[in-house]
Amino acid sequence: MSLGSPAADAHTVDAPTVGGHTVDSQSLFRYVLRLGDLSLVLGQRLGEWVGHSPALEEDLGVANVALDLIGQARLLLTYAGEVEGRGRDEDKLAYLREQGAYFNAILAEQPNGDFGQTIVRQVLIDAFQLELFERMTTSLDARLAAIAAKSVKEIRYHLRYSSGWLVRLGDGTEESHDRVQSALELLWPYTVELFAEDDLDRLMADSGIAPRLSEVHDAWILSIEAILSEATLKRPADRPHAWHGKRGQHSEHLGYILAEMQYLQRAYPDARW
Amino acid sequence: MEDKRQWPLYEVFIRARGGLDHKHVGSLHAADANMAVDHARDLYTRRQEGVSIWVVPSKAIVASDPTETDSLFEPARDKIYRHPTFYEIPDEVKTL
Repeated sequence: MSLGSPAADAHTVDAPTVGGHTVDSQSLFRYVLRLGDLSLVLGQRLGEWVGHSPALEEDLGVANVALDLIGQARLLLTYAGEVEGRGRDEDKLAYLREQGAYFNAILAEQPNGDFGQTIVRQVLIDAFQLELFERMTTSLDARLAAIAAKSVKEIRYHLRYSSGWLVRLGDGTEESHDRVQSALELLWPYTVELFAEDDLDRLMADSGIAPRLSEVHDAWILSIEAILSEATLKRPADRPHAWHGKRGQHSEHLGYILAEMQYLQRAYPDARW
Repeated sequence: MEDKRQWPLYEVFIRARGGLDHKHVGSLHAADANMAVDHARDLYTRRQEGVSIWVVPSKAIVASDPTETDSLFEPARDKIYRHPTFYEIPDEVKTL
């Protein structure tokens, strides 16, 4: 981040100094955390499969996706810390924030269930991240545009991997079909939150930092319907829900995730590898 | 009858860079060919080992019989004139 650029120093106090926008740093900080926390929490969830996958090959497959997600989270949390300007780095933000200061949509923290349920969650989020980040490559925030450009390549593969599995399971045996259909029914309601636009989302879209969520949703639903149709799965009915993970109100699952993820840094502050 | 509970084995070939041959790097299990490519990508190119992947069902490979090694390969041993080592290579030729 070009904190030292003279133009920025001259007339901005609170605004981030990259890109052609002047959104206040607190809003941008929270928004970047939404993006970063989604990747971080999902990556941590996927990591739980390591050593437990149905096949050795899948162990590596899932771990690769998890590592990509953690990598995205590192870039985003680092940026968030810089925007905030209080000296918190990626580790401080990942390991020392309380549950209420996490802003991921709660779909990411839902339990792995069986492999099919993990795959359903993954398809839903991969397709969302892909449509979101593809559009964010033209963000007026240069740093987010760069992170999006790097992440899109990874996410395109994530969706290929997860949708490939969903088609195999959905169009597989009767049992595999029923299991992923149930997982879809279970997780579908949580997708509402991904696209529920609040003031912060609106501010980001108005400022040219992020795409409109309604636009992302239109593209997402097309992508998801194509995958579900190939997988011979039925799209569940939309039901109104009000989840507020994006504002820090989480399901009971996040606490357990953070307990495991943060244990070491909290028990041994500043421990290094 | 094929046992559906066991994923079939695939052999993996990776091209390290454009212009090089695909080299055999190992094998893996996968339910189908597409999954085999994904697995190969995850198992064998995670350290930037390649730019292209081939996968081949292991059962499609026809191998020479180890018990015939003598008759297949021994006869070439005393025909050293087949090695192109009797030529002077001009300095101008860099990559031969």
